[in-house]
Amino acid sequence: MREFWQRYRRNKGAVVGLAVLAFIVLIAAAAPLVYPASPWEMAGAPFQRPFGEFPLGTDMLGRNILSGIVHGARVSLMVGIVSTFFAVTLGLALGALAGYFGGVIDDALMRFTEFFQTIPSFVFAIVLVAIFRPSIASIVAAIAVVSWPPVARLVRGEFLSLRRREFVQAAVVVGETHLRIILGQILPNALSPVIVMASLMIASAILLESALSFLGLGDPNMMSWGYMIGASRSVIRQAWWMSTFPGVAILITVLALNLVGEGLSDAMNPRLARKGRA
Amino acid sequence: MKSVAILLAIVILNFLLIRLAPGDPASVIAGEAGAADAKYIAQLREQFGLDKPLTTQLALYVGGVVTFDLGWSYRNQRSVADMVGERLPATLLLTVTAFIVALAIGIGLGVLAATRVGTWADSLVTVAALGFYATPLFWVGLMAILLFSVNLGWLPAFGMQTPVAMPFGDRVVDVARHMVLPVLTLAVFFVAIYARLTRASMLEVQDMDFVRTARAKGLAPARILRAHTLRNAILPVITFAGIQAGQLVGGSIVVETVFAWPGIGRLAFEALLQRDYNLLLGVFFLTSVMVIAFNLVTDLVYSLVDPRIEVGS
Repeated sequence: MREFWQRYRRNKGAVVGLAVLAFIVLIAAAAPLVYPASPWEMAGAPFQRPFGEFPLGTDMLGRNILSGIVHGARVSLMVGIVSTFFAVTLGLALGALAGYFGGVIDDALMRFTEFFQTIPSFVFAIVLVAIFRPSIASIVAAIAVVSWPPVARLVRGEFLSLRRREFVQAAVVVGETHLRIILGQILPNALSPVIVMASLMIASAILLESALSFLGLGDPNMMSWGYMIGASRSVIRQAWWMSTFPGVAILITVLALNLVGEGLSDAMNPRLARKGRA
Repeated sequence: MKSVAILLAIVILNFLLIRLAPGDPASVIAGEAGAADAKYIAQLREQFGLDKPLTTQLALYVGGVVTFDLGWSYRNQRSVADMVGERLPATLLLTVTAFIVALAIGIGLGVLAATRVGTWADSLVTVAALGFYATPLFWVGLMAILLFSVNLGWLPAFGMQTPVAMPFGDRVVDVARHMVLPVLTLAVFFVAIYARLTRASMLEVQDMDFVRTARAKGLAPARILRAHTLRNAILPVITFAGIQAGQLVGGSIVVETVFAWPGIGRLAFEALLQRDYNLLLGVFFLTSVMVIAFNLVTDLVYSLVDPRIEVGS
């Protein structure tokens, strides 16, 4: 573990990313303490410029923009983490089955995966959320449904190569059940690239959520960054700050997650990291 | 062959989604006609074949799609195929241009960074790619409008052309000016991806034996770069570009919404506002077809760049 941190620390960007991410998590956790009032409530006069009474100004309905960003952090992180959890679980299950058993099962599962990779994922997510009505559950489900295929392919590849290794063959000879071999022998060895991929998937899930709520498909009860930008874009000529600041929040969060993902990748795979940097 | 199977699967998925969509067409029409009595609804259900078994309905639906019948938009009282058909050229213009621009700039920047590893140019490309990879497309679009149309007044922010009559030559210039911001907005995210990919792939190929041999033979560096390094380094970029065609088409929905570009993405947004599910599913079907077409084209390009690969294998 200490060695891992040593290697992670060598990537300066990843350390900064981790610090920024920790700060965002802290803000999200403290949101009800910092701004106890609902971010939907009118806080003052509408169209107030930033750096006045309110640090980031108010929107066209007089809502406090900083409060919206702080509360929006909760929604973004939550949607990102939960949808990634489901996508990774699904991808792990299907990829493990395909890679472990091979043959017809592999063929069928890979055709299925390929199909989901072909259909335009964002349009599919829009359709799913629209049909099942916008809510936090439908958004999380839609993002998970369109994000699992890369995990399945990655896991399948790992399983295919690990399946032939001696320690797995030994477990087969000893007579361990398939389930025990998959979970106990192969999975732990296949996990590190999946963890890297998961951290990057949280980032793209946050981007996807922001795009959905920008189009008006957000949960109507939850303040989110994409919604703030979508709602105020018609007044962008008069009030630049309303759509600018939530976008900066998205950018910083997603960037931090990507940096952390790269750092994890370097730390788990030091040989590759040196090569990439040349 | 594979494309046809995927296409059929998409049609079936679309049919299932239509069945899941809230409100069956009969009661929607009855509601709009102001008559909701049971007899009228039953008659409508029979007219649309909704009383038949599911498999018969599926067969009817597939038969319809084969003859370009994507259903009826009850809100607009028009056929869905007509509505998406008239918006398709604008979307194709936007996505194909953005795709080519993104590949050209992305590969160019990647080569630039890879041939100058460790210099400020390399760092600049790497940082910019990292940043744009993390920025939502719609926000890039809004900020571009803010800067280039609102503050500087250089470029139009909305629509595809100025709604006045003008000679053909001026019209081309007019549309081109309207295209600049949407195309760059859509392209920028993919530029970031292609630049990173090209850089990594170039660095890998540069160390390979055949490149060292070419250098030892005394070939000019520019020729080594073009004929040996880039030609091999570009393969994973093309593969990835093909995989990402879906994201490009999805991105066009957001970009068209921001710039009021009159394509199918904008149509999808309008369908969302009107809760017009038939229209939305028509857009979903057409964008899926676009992705398959993009994939076929990238397969073709791939076989041109790498003759070892045969088309269709």
